[in-house]
Amino acid sequence: MAEMTLVEAIRQAMDEEMARDESVFIVGEDVGKRGGVFRATVGLFDKYGEERVIDSPLAELSIVGVGIGAALYGMRPICEIQFADFIYPAFNQIVSEAARMCYRSNGDFTVPMVIRAPYGGGIGGGLYHSQSVEAFFAHMPGLKVVIPSNPYDAKGLLKAAVRDPNPVIYLEPKKGYRLIRGEVPEGEEIVVPIGPARVSRSGSDLSLFAYGMMHHYALQAAEKAAAEGIEVEVVDLRTIYPVDRVTILDSLRKTGKALIVHEDNLTGGYGAEIAAIIAEGAFTDLDAPVRRLCGPDVPGVPFSHPMQDWFMPNPEKITQAIRELAAY
Amino acid sequence: MELSSETRLEMYWMMLLARRLDERAWVLHRQGRIAFHISGIGQEAAQVGAAYALRRGYDWVTPYYRDLALMLCLGYEPREFVMSLMGKREEPNSGGRQMPSHWGLRRANAISHSAPVATQCPHAAGIGLAIKMRREDKVVLTTLGEGSTSQGEWYEAVNWAAIHQLPVIFLVQNNQYAISVPQDKQMAVPSAADRACGLGLRGISVDGSDVFAVYDAFRESVEMARSGKGPSLIEARMYRITPHSSDDDDRTYRSREEVEENKKRDPLLINRRILEKQGLLDAAKVEEMEAKAKKMVDEAVQYAEQAPYPAAEEAAYPVYAEEVRRG
Amino acid sequence: MATKVIMPQLGESVVEGTVTHWFKKEGEPIAEFESLLEVNTDKVDSEIPSPAEGVLLKILAAEGETVKAGTIIAWIGKPGESLGEDAGGGSVHAVGETALAAEATVPPARSVTAGRDRDLGFISPVVAKLAAEYNLDLTRIQGSGQGGRITKKDVLAYLQGGAKDEPAQQPAIWETPGEGDLFRPTELMFPGGAPPSTPPAAPSQPQPAPPASGSRVVAHSAMRKRIAEHMLLSKRTAPHVTTIMEADLKRVVAHREASKPAFARDGVNLTYTAYFAASAVAALKAFPQVNSSWSDEGLILHGDIHLGIAVSLGEEGLIVPVIRHADGLSLLGLARAINDLAQRARAHRLQPDEVKGGTFSITNHGISGSLFATPIINQPQCGILGVGAVQKRAVVVEGDAIAVRPMVYLSLTFDHRILDGASADGFLAKIAHVLETWSG
Repeated sequence: MAEMTLVEAIRQAMDEEMARDESVFIVGEDVGKRGGVFRATVGLFDKYGEERVIDSPLAELSIVGVGIGAALYGMRPICEIQFADFIYPAFNQIVSEAARMCYRSNGDFTVPMVIRAPYGGGIGGGLYHSQSVEAFFAHMPGLKVVIPSNPYDAKGLLKAAVRDPNPVIYLEPKKGYRLIRGEVPEGEEIVVPIGPARVSRSGSDLSLFAYGMMHHYALQAAEKAAAEGIEVEVVDLRTIYPVDRVTILDSLRKTGKALIVHEDNLTGGYGAEIAAIIAEGAFTDLDAPVRRLCGPDVPGVPFSHPMQDWFMPNPEKITQAIRELAAY
Repeated sequence: MELSSETRLEMYWMMLLARRLDERAWVLHRQGRIAFHISGIGQEAAQVGAAYALRRGYDWVTPYYRDLALMLCLGYEPREFVMSLMGKREEPNSGGRQMPSHWGLRRANAISHSAPVATQCPHAAGIGLAIKMRREDKVVLTTLGEGSTSQGEWYEAVNWAAIHQLPVIFLVQNNQYAISVPQDKQMAVPSAADRACGLGLRGISVDGSDVFAVYDAFRESVEMARSGKGPSLIEARMYRITPHSSDDDDRTYRSREEVEENKKRDPLLINRRILEKQGLLDAAKVEEMEAKAKKMVDEAVQYAEQAPYPAAEEAAYPVYAEEVRRG
Repeated sequence: MATKVIMPQLGESVVEGTVTHWFKKEGEPIAEFESLLEVNTDKVDSEIPSPAEGVLLKILAAEGETVKAGTIIAWIGKPGESLGEDAGGGSVHAVGETALAAEATVPPARSVTAGRDRDLGFISPVVAKLAAEYNLDLTRIQGSGQGGRITKKDVLAYLQGGAKDEPAQQPAIWETPGEGDLFRPTELMFPGGAPPSTPPAAPSQPQPAPPASGSRVVAHSAMRKRIAEHMLLSKRTAPHVTTIMEADLKRVVAHREASKPAFARDGVNLTYTAYFAASAVAALKAFPQVNSSWSDEGLILHGDIHLGIAVSLGEEGLIVPVIRHADGLSLLGLARAINDLAQRARAHRLQPDEVKGGTFSITNHGISGSLFATPIINQPQCGILGVGAVQKRAVVVEGDAIAVRPMVYLSLTFDHRILDGASADGFLAKIAHVLETWSG
């Protein structure tokens, strides 16, 4: 066992997959010599050369568009979008091209690719280095959307994503790159399947659904609540598209109450989908209205600290929401 | 490489077949038997000239929606085209999922494309990148209209191809109009080829009505690409003789006189004259070809009309690669 | 022609009432002014007399139903009489005595659905489902959620308590274990009268342990819940301090013995409570700051003295009717008012307005043997006088002699925001003094 950070686990997954399969390559801004602005690809340029760790021009749509072409040809590109905030120029390539290719060609062409993007706030990044973009992509059949919350899953899910025959959006909670540490077995092939959620903490009073950084906070909040006698069941969704309805509904049926936490804006956010799944699938098991704790409906995470804190959910806010829902 | 007489005649035949098939699509639309058609009439020479410069079935193509003649050259069958017009299950682009003329032919390495223009260009660059990474000698042809050269997707793809010297050839079919907008409202340079120069790749402009001129330009570019000497952009100038699509009324933005004047450059006429001059073609030969084409088109329509539609439930898949069902 | 029975407006601020009991079944005869039904408003229970003589033809508001004041709740008329167009429920037909009596016997089984329930508050979907699955009577489950809502956990705890196989029928009252009634905390005897000025915040209270095997949960009555709410509100609102003195009632006892027959001739039962009321009125006149209410803007000194008198209703709870303008009444007037209010309170015939607007309250907990107690203030008043049992005790009197005297402990619980110990003691001493020097 080795303890490592989230970003180290991500790097290790890429390294192992590149060693395993020559068709795997990395393309993105500053991923080569620099090793990425978040250092996710450090060392890989030296190890695999400039042909497999490609510094792209500053043009996100082509990172994805070129990746799609290579994938159509049989390669396994890992496209890095430097910040999720910069993914929109590539939006058309992702949703119109990668996502629909298999369907529109009746299965004749598929796009096995991974699009990695650091997402999320709480790092002083302001409007354009803090965004959560998952809801845009979790709306799109043909894509898979994966968001790890810990090093083990980060490694296992990324390896699964690289091997997946479909385009996978792999969103990395960048605040947790070095903050979140965890055990990752060494010398062992870790592949975490895309799809299943994980009950990361068992409880009976309410179910807390989260992913990424918010799942990390959710566990902290659950600890605090436990000290007050509230037993929270925490579900790490891990894959939000296609989502694991069974685990969501099983947990809800057990507790009767649902708290959904994400840092993306509330309205039309992914929490709405979970709430709808619960309303449709477990209405008669509900013991309280479904509660969402999300980023407020402003168009970005503000830069200045007090305003950023106002925006961001954190363990304290989550704990308070737990208390309120538990008391309902 | 000098083209044989047979090949020259075959190139003309492909143009003729494409034209008659395209015309039949208009007829079917006006008869109310199909819902939509988007035409390649007037652009056949550029497409056939390009196709014949490729190793068809070996090289890769990312086409666009006016490429009927190109697709026929790649082995797409007339009945497959008519089935796509009718949304029949057997049509090879998409099994009835896409609108007609949204090509995709796995057996010919012709990639499925969408409707927002120039989106296929980065794919071509990516395929070129993969070919280069694998040290193979294939080339990629991507086609587009001159309107698409205003898109960032095109620009970024050309930029990639130039930076990495990828084996990609961009065929810009400059038919003068982006639906209703003439070229001078789309670009400030006289030719789309000029746009390539600033990006560091060869830009060539040819007469798109002359199939052999196009072929010659392509021959050179394909050889360069195949031998690792990088990408080219070839602008083929022509005129879009038909309205943009079956739903368009081009009288609202251009005069009949203009259209009539440009019909003089109809590639079918031009190339017939070239071949007649070369002594390869005469009226009897043309009549023979016409009869053959009519028969093929009739049979294609007949076949397509009797072909089954997809079952409604087939619409549910394949969203993911795991769901692909063969047969 | 049949006569309508309508839901009366039982007080200025009362807009609706709940039918708690029909004394007559459909088809039974009734005399004019005979009690027809009992109605509960958010304040009191009242018996409603029949507006006419005849037969109770049709009941339109079942027991438990809450309707707006002015709503037709029943029809009275001749046997078999046809009801008019507005008879309600669209049931316009001739009704015979026999048919009506038969109809009225079986109340419909109640099915639980998710949503708002009049008595139980919000029933969540899962609680509704569990209730249906296990055929539960939710009124028997104590709610621990917001506003007393029954939560899923409450139901599960109830089911775990072995209630699953119990018959749906309520067991006889003597099957219910006692709750230590031998010594009943005084606080629980006092419901208060005036509504709180601000809605009570949801108290965060520790969850009660789930009932152990063999234990049962008995649902709260509406009155019980109101008492509980008011007690919590008062304790949260005012810092309570209690001061205790004793008084020698020798002169009061003598005066009462002497005056009883005369009062009885006027139809008045002269109780000690009347003396305590009179002495309190005298003290309130001398210490007007006690006849007050706290407000953030300033102390509200009340111009009138409206005296609340706590009346026990036994198991049901208690209620505090108010003697309005008590400072204008003689001992006879006070005694008569106390008799009247107590009787009507026990008969559930108080008007809602009669339990509102008190400025000071008295609770005579001595009636049940208590010597002294620390009652809870009836918000938004300043204080409450607690009176213990009158008891003969050996006391040291003037000249260091030991004498046997009828003694009583008097407690004053006051709002420390308004009064300090010294002024409170002055007020209580004034009461004691009036009693000890009673001159009638």
